[in-house]
Amino acid sequence: MINIKNLKKSFGKNEVLKGIDLDINNNGIFAILGPNGSGKTTIIKSILGLVVPDEGDIVLQQKNIARNWKYREYVNYLPQIARFPENLKVRELIDMVKDLRNSPAHEQELIELFELNTSLDKSLKNLSGGTRQKVNVVLSFMFDNPILILDEPTVGLDPVAMIRLKKLILKERKKGKTILLTTHIMSVVEELADEIVFLLEGKIHFRGSLEELNQRAQGKNLEHSIAKILENGMEQEAQITDPVNSRQLNFQQRYA
Amino acid sequence: MLKIFKYSFFDLIRSRWIYAYFSFYLITAISLLYISNDLNRAILSLMNIVIILSPLIGTMFGVMYYYNSREFVELLLAQPVKRTAIFLGQYLGLTVSFSLSFGLGLGLPFLFNGILGSEEIGNFLILLLNGTLLTFIFTAIAFLISLLNENKIKGFGLAIIIWLFFAVIYDGLFLLSLVIFEDYPLDSFALIASIFNPIDLSRIFMMLQLDISALLGYTGAVFNKFLGTNMGIVVALISSLLWVFIPVKGFLHYSLKKDF
Repeated sequence: MINIKNLKKSFGKNEVLKGIDLDINNNGIFAILGPNGSGKTTIIKSILGLVVPDEGDIVLQQKNIARNWKYREYVNYLPQIARFPENLKVRELIDMVKDLRNSPAHEQELIELFELNTSLDKSLKNLSGGTRQKVNVVLSFMFDNPILILDEPTVGLDPVAMIRLKKLILKERKKGKTILLTTHIMSVVEELADEIVFLLEGKIHFRGSLEELNQRAQGKNLEHSIAKILENGMEQEAQITDPVNSRQLNFQQRYA
Repeated sequence: MLKIFKYSFFDLIRSRWIYAYFSFYLITAISLLYISNDLNRAILSLMNIVIILSPLIGTMFGVMYYYNSREFVELLLAQPVKRTAIFLGQYLGLTVSFSLSFGLGLGLPFLFNGILGSEEIGNFLILLLNGTLLTFIFTAIAFLISLLNENKIKGFGLAIIIWLFFAVIYDGLFLLSLVIFEDYPLDSFALIASIFNPIDLSRIFMMLQLDISALLGYTGAVFNKFLGTNMGIVVALISSLLWVFIPVKGFLHYSLKKDF
């Protein structure tokens, strides 16, 4: 389905991805986690062809995506920030995306699910942030495609909409789709994710199930495990790069 | 590409700016026609406005539109659509809607003043053509600038500088070089120098068409002397088209390499 080999990307001097190898060959929900700036969004955008990699290959449905655009027919994407042309109405935007993709869509049930019926004839500039995010969700879920990529899907949603979105994501998984997801809300990961891909400083630090991660990090829940991994990671780095600091750390550990 | 063009066009023709632009030209044309009561003079006065204002509006709106639609472009880029189609579609949406509001704003008052039956129809059409060409040229430059600069402030600053350079500074530098090198034959230098400034080209184009030698200026006179009126018009037109083509090619090429 998605095969990434030795993916590297720098923005100026900032090396964001330092050789990512990732194979996702089965269905399910994959949560891509990591601290801020670890390269989550860059991986997602590379898969979508929004970011041009410096090195490495991405193969999607057996096709290399470099200089290719047709493959995006199989991918639905929910971007992080929802901003649309201001003067268009919601209905027109939905029709536009349908027209661009030229494929059947089931937007009506989603519009009802997120109670957007009253907003359909409003201009997008008059919508609140949460309503825009709902429109964003409708746009990315209304097509039946095998791969779904969600970048922070729950941002700005009220609890009711959030619960409905989670149900929707689980429903899509049941249909046999591959879903990639990034989020900072750990409860979402605990509820939804089948597998976790943990990024640290541009590399994959861990990949496996939630239980494996908790076991390995010895945290009582995901939040603690991740905090532990991050602390350990920083400690290791401090020991390698800075002997004075590491001595202090050891001292602190001994007398803590 | 046509789909993107269609949607950005319909988005834009509902924006206030387009109406403001339309009203500005409408009011200016009406007042100039009323004051001068002469089609030819009104065309001449409008030309002076058009060759400064069209580039300014083209650059400013090009940059503004690009930065405003940044996130929307991201959404489009995630659809199965070619990158070049997205940017070309948006570019055409912007240029066509602005050219239309420019054309209608000037066209309606002239239509009511009987431009169709008069001898000035040719001159008027050339004025419209020039305004449109300048819009296409400077919007393309604006797209190129904003694609190259992630930073909005930098993009806007650069766009203003480029406009100022072609509209004002270029002429100053040109005159300065004429004074400094007055002992040398400068005809071919002047000819080439004017080709490198789209605003100058447009002015020469108009002046050759209107056949006003007093207002041709030095570069215009050189154009006239070396190429004759007709050949001069052809060269000015081809160079202007190149001025559209090269920046468009540039921003399309760069769009393929850019990260979003």
